[in-house]
Amino acid sequence: MSFSVSERQRWMAVLARASLDELRTCLDAASPLPPHRRLRGPETGLIMLRGQAAAVGDRFNLAEITVTRCAVSLEGGTVGHAYLSGRDAARAELAAILDALLQDDATKPAWMAAVIEPLAAIQAENEARQRRKAAATKVQFMTMATTR
Amino acid sequence: MAYVAVKGGEAAIANAHGWMAERRRGDPEVPALSTRQVEEQLGLAVDRVMAEGACHDRGLAALAIKQAQGDLIEAAFLLRAYRTTLPRFGHAAPLDTGAMRVQRRISAVFKDLPGGQLLGPTLDYTHRLLDFALAAEKEAPPEPAAEIPGDAAGRLPRVADFLVREGLMRREADSGQEPPDLTRDPPDFPASRAARLQNLARGDEGFLLSLGYSTQRGYGNNHPFVGEIRQGKVAVRFTPPELGFEIEIGAITVTECEMVNQFQGSKSEPAQFTSGYGLVLGRGERKAMSMALVDRALKAGELGEDRTAPAQDEEFVLMHSDNIEATGFVEHLKLPHYVDFQSELEVIRRMRSTAGTSATGSEA
Repeated sequence: MSFSVSERQRWMAVLARASLDELRTCLDAASPLPPHRRLRGPETGLIMLRGQAAAVGDRFNLAEITVTRCAVSLEGGTVGHAYLSGRDAARAELAAILDALLQDDATKPAWMAAVIEPLAAIQAENEARQRRKAAATKVQFMTMATTR
Repeated sequence: MAYVAVKGGEAAIANAHGWMAERRRGDPEVPALSTRQVEEQLGLAVDRVMAEGACHDRGLAALAIKQAQGDLIEAAFLLRAYRTTLPRFGHAAPLDTGAMRVQRRISAVFKDLPGGQLLGPTLDYTHRLLDFALAAEKEAPPEPAAEIPGDAAGRLPRVADFLVREGLMRREADSGQEPPDLTRDPPDFPASRAARLQNLARGDEGFLLSLGYSTQRGYGNNHPFVGEIRQGKVAVRFTPPELGFEIEIGAITVTECEMVNQFQGSKSEPAQFTSGYGLVLGRGERKAMSMALVDRALKAGELGEDRTAPAQDEEFVLMHSDNIEATGFVEHLKLPHYVDFQSELEVIRRMRSTAGTSATGSEA
């Protein structure tokens, strides 16, 4: 297995941001998923969100968020994990299976190409569109002194 | 609770609930509202319920709004009750609002803000006129929002940083202390800033709005300016113990407000600005602003200001901000208090009889 923690963090983040529909669209076009065994969950619970006073000071508890987690193992013994905001059990299970497949050198390239890169591209485009919409509302305020 | 349980009435109660369900559905000829419609088209109501229910889950908040017939306090109550059925997996890293993917970011104090002023989706600068087109049977879809090439995403500097750098405002620092959690421990007085901020973040918007407004009208005035409001998506990061490294579990929309307030200075400190902070789930901008005003007012004690106004009274604010506790205590008055009241009746009758008949005679 050759992957860095930051690589794994990236694919887990991409999976966390993807909707079930987007995931299924990628998976429908890919080869079938191998059999897996559930080690835990999928189960829904809460994580406490935190903020910081004035964004940089003391931490405070803001509110909770629903989270669904799942752990699975593949036939070779690789264990995959997922923690996703929301209550979608199917999504968490698919993300855990993909996390396991992406840790295996033999299966990683195919799943990166079939799932992670297309999802990352969708997410990048969504963010870019939000940024373009925000840019269209950029405003230049002028005080009377400068307009005189 | 100051009332004694009563027996009976089961059939009447079941029928009353049945009637309420019929009311909730309304005219069956009108199509039923889906929770997806609530989620998508009543988004600010969803945001408010999540903030006051202190639980981020858009689908659950939408369901609660539908079930509560649009009574947002009841909806927040339903969400709070539901969260008690779930286990807690842990706590997230503090939201990094510096890395927010901003949709809106404005300042009322610096017009040439590095990174620019982005109005985002806002009602500011519009006339509040009813739009009858929305009432038409076939509503035309709005024009897609305009797009122009935007700057690459990056960290946006904070207005507060400029003032801090000039020495005109105190630098906030993370003491690294574990914050108290109001969902597990009752409030303790004097409260820490962390406890206050948690309380305000889930407090009733109307209550905080009124308190904030009262400070502007002179009850603990501290002359506020909106230093900065930013609204957008932030990543939620969590370290699962079984992994041992931080992962992103999703992204949520939040609104942050930093107020800049005047401070006269004291014997030990030169004149400087102070600040109040608001952070809420969703697009609750009015709530974030109100929270920042009240947060600043509650700093009166530590800034050596006289605590004369309600908004500066920590115990008053924190003990009355929660609309779920408030509604529980106010509305419980409707439930049977027969035994309680019977004893009051007896006491009053006894007092009157021992006071003699003259008192009775003088009554008109």
